[in-house]
Amino acid sequence: MCHRINVSLPEDLRGALEQGRDREQLACARETLEVLLANAEIAAREDLPLCQDTGMVVVFVEQGEDLCLHGDLAAAINAGVAEAYVGGYLRRSLLANPLQRNTNTGDNTPAFVHLERVPGDRLTLRLAAKGGGSENMSALWMLSPSEGRAGLVKAIVARVAEAGGRPCPPLVLGVGVGSNFEGVARLAKRALFRRLGEPSPDPELASLEAEILERVNATGVGPMGLGGVTTALAVHVLSAPCHLATMPVALNVQCHSARHATVVI
Amino acid sequence: MDLTTASSPALRLDLPLSRARALSLRAGQTVRLYGVMYTARDAAHARMTEALAAGEGLPFDPEGATIYYCGPTPGRPPRLIGSAGPTTSSRMDKYAPALYRAGVRATLGKGERALSVREACRETGSVYLVTVGGAGALLGSRIVAAEVVAYPELGPEAVRRIVVEDFPAWVAYDAGGLSIFPGDQPLGPVGRAD
Repeated sequence: MCHRINVSLPEDLRGALEQGRDREQLACARETLEVLLANAEIAAREDLPLCQDTGMVVVFVEQGEDLCLHGDLAAAINAGVAEAYVGGYLRRSLLANPLQRNTNTGDNTPAFVHLERVPGDRLTLRLAAKGGGSENMSALWMLSPSEGRAGLVKAIVARVAEAGGRPCPPLVLGVGVGSNFEGVARLAKRALFRRLGEPSPDPELASLEAEILERVNATGVGPMGLGGVTTALAVHVLSAPCHLATMPVALNVQCHSARHATVVI
Repeated sequence: MDLTTASSPALRLDLPLSRARALSLRAGQTVRLYGVMYTARDAAHARMTEALAAGEGLPFDPEGATIYYCGPTPGRPPRLIGSAGPTTSSRMDKYAPALYRAGVRATLGKGERALSVREACRETGSVYLVTVGGAGALLGSRIVAAEVVAYPELGPEAVRRIVVEDFPAWVAYDAGGLSIFPGDQPLGPVGRAD
């Protein structure tokens, strides 16, 4: 699964890149999107990773409450990650110590695993290979409640404009609003796992997604920051209840190499 | 790849880049790279900067050299290198001016950089090039030779000497103070306060 998502561009993403290319007037923007589409063909044909940053593995696990699992699930996931990254010639990008920065863990573990309990008797694994360059441009704000929806939109649009070409636009933006300090970051990450461009079922959030997408694409950042109207392909928002004194907002930036897969067991 | 939609035909750039050729380039030009580059990213830059500060040499001849900000995937044999696209250049901003002054004539990566890097390009008659982030499979397939020349213990961050052919890029910062990025204002002539 880790190997497949690293060499194969999802169909929804390919369609979005083609639409972007057809919309762009600027030569740099069109050429950049052409290169990305050609890259996907070469990656699939030659069994080469789409991007040399083959990512850190993030897994959201939904475990059915009627399902009994024996053993260590995180250890099993890590064993799978190690096998895919070492055996599959993927880049191992994890450092054991963030301050010393001199020891690679050697097998791209640990994976970042989030466990959720859901009704039913199934096990669903949603997996992403998340790049570091886009993660670096992510942000979390504890806004004042008085800033409201307008404050949220302003913070996100300013952040994307400031990030420019660094996180590899066109982007997918995962946005969390509500919850608390640690919860909102997780919401933003989880939002990235929705099918590309599928609007939120909540009409208020769907309208917020559309507003952010329009504003972000009006910044002029464009593909790889070279100018154009395709700065983001989609915005996905998730919300949760929060404390009356707070308005947590998180933005998780995803590059165009949005490598995701889901398996249900 | 069909790049016939380009506004102007791509210029061929042979590496190492001559000073005259670097001075002739303008931000926004589409180029195709041919020749030798050296890959280096965060950890290798920290070590090279230490070496320069200690009065020691770099692991390659810097005169006219091109540094590519890249940490490739390992090549599946018989490939020498796997996927090899650019990483974010701004993380190397604090190291770049010293390397330009040591003779490096081009750096290659992705994204906007600090003003100090644009000024160093202008001061030293050098350029900053960008290519497409996330196009590692295509860019890796334009690398025809690769060997580790320093810091093998850094794994993907080791310094590699690579030879490229028909490698697509754009001139992002030129030696005259211009930038490809829409938000950047041109820098004035050297020596004038901007």
